[in-house]
Amino acid sequence: MSDSVRHVPRDQLIETVSGLRDEGYVSALDVTAVDYLEHPGRHDLPPEVAPERFELVVTLISHAAPGRIRLRVQVPADDLTVPSLFDLFPGTEALEREVADMFGIDFEGHPDPTRILMPPDWEGHPLRKDFAVGRIPVQFKATR
Amino acid sequence: MSAPESTVETATDEAVRRRDNSAVLRIGEDDGERLEAEAGTSDTSMVMNMGPQHPSTHGVLRLMLEMEGETVMRSKPVIGYLHTGMEKTAETLTYLQGPTNVTRMDYAAPLFSELAFSMATEALLGLELPPRATWIRMLMCELNRISSHLLFQATNGMDIGAVSMMLYGWREREEALRLLETITGLRMNHNYIRPGGVAADLPDGWRDEVLTLIDKLPARLNEFDTLLTGQPIYRERLQGVGVINTAECLALGVTGPILRSTGYAWDLRRDMPYLAYDQVEFDVVVGTYGDCFDRYAIRLNEIRESIRILAQILDQMPPGDYRVQDKKVTPPPRARIDESMEALIHHFKIFTEGFKVPAGEVYAAVESPRGELGCYMVSDGSAVPYRMHIRGPSFVNLQTLPYLMRGGMVADAVAIISSVDPIMGEVDR
Repeated sequence: MSDSVRHVPRDQLIETVSGLRDEGYVSALDVTAVDYLEHPGRHDLPPEVAPERFELVVTLISHAAPGRIRLRVQVPADDLTVPSLFDLFPGTEALEREVADMFGIDFEGHPDPTRILMPPDWEGHPLRKDFAVGRIPVQFKATR
Repeated sequence: MSAPESTVETATDEAVRRRDNSAVLRIGEDDGERLEAEAGTSDTSMVMNMGPQHPSTHGVLRLMLEMEGETVMRSKPVIGYLHTGMEKTAETLTYLQGPTNVTRMDYAAPLFSELAFSMATEALLGLELPPRATWIRMLMCELNRISSHLLFQATNGMDIGAVSMMLYGWREREEALRLLETITGLRMNHNYIRPGGVAADLPDGWRDEVLTLIDKLPARLNEFDTLLTGQPIYRERLQGVGVINTAECLALGVTGPILRSTGYAWDLRRDMPYLAYDQVEFDVVVGTYGDCFDRYAIRLNEIRESIRILAQILDQMPPGDYRVQDKKVTPPPRARIDESMEALIHHFKIFTEGFKVPAGEVYAAVESPRGELGCYMVSDGSAVPYRMHIRGPSFVNLQTLPYLMRGGMVADAVAIISSVDPIMGEVDR
């Protein structure tokens, strides 16, 4: 249960992940994000990491020496881009599409930056904290 | 029916191959007609939709298939038809209500989502479970694994055209579900595994009922073997169909029976033990060719391994409490409420406000029948999760479909979807 956690600056994400891949982290299990807009106080960040509104969370797994590592990347609200991990781990394709869909974070170099869970013409990003639960009207495209 | 090309060594070549010569059709959901118009030159190429309302897509999975005659070239799974925002919902439910939400994700194996959710919550709380709670959880999960794999046997048989298999698979699964109902009160969506333990102790006579089931099942599984495993038509439909290799599985983040079908033994129960899996003996079943038949055989034999585990659980089930006795987390017994003011207060607080969980973030994972099911949870110190994310194995495994289907016939596509065994409730959440 004690996964190691590493805070990675956005511009070093690719080299960190490819370094970890060479170290034996064979598979990318999960890519998700957190919107820290309404979080009352973040005490789990080391002093050198400046908190930002969004945080990208990438989980990698090593099989040879069983263990997971979690990379936490701060993403500022005014520049929502992170490099895509597709070229290193193509399995992140759907996961990154989900993050883009739910949080509006753009993945640079992603081969298919389309919505995955919401309809293609949906407005807004549902898992953001300022997207209200049960907001109406329900958006669906008209029958053609 | 050609196997996907083996992984090229250098990173750049690999990247180019993935992007240009890809099996994945990367177009928008509405762009099928446009692509056909552009392709224009060849009369035989067309983009076809399979699903979302198609009996072999196990729910509401839509596949856009680029067809060349009857051969599938590129394809794209289009999902989201069952999306109900369960991760958003989770942010409004207390930790005690949470399992009622996640249990509805993978509806064929609901206890595993409950387990991952509870393990994440307990990790944040720093709770140590009593041994009986751990073993009850293991008992329930193995029963659930059996019922889930039996469901696969039924639907897989039906998809291939062995319709009688559907009836037999369903019949055995119903017996496993009946046992789950005896213990939890519900056939599905149990809300049985909760943070702090399980909802109730095992009922009287549970041991006999589990024994009856595990005595009866092996003979039935042998009947499955007679009906399917050795049957030439069935083998012809599955062997060499939908082949994938280990390198591709790992690159795609695939876990569970699909990864194991390539001959790669990776099972969280053995390799990163949780609960008390390090105290029971079982084998990790692996395949050889990574085809549909291997995935069928793995699931069939995993039922046998689960029966082995169940027999050991029956022998080793410890006495004691079925949930942790922490007044801040577990509701007091009903009788105590009448006697003790404090018990009443605790009961009231837990069910109205919920219990507070220390701030932090954690990832907990279990081996569900479909692969690694993880729960990433962020707490802000209040009584509801700040963020709850389920890493669904079906969601990730679904990405193999284009690679498995490329170059195969459209009839193979049905067998392939079936062998990936996606549960759309978990894919779309």
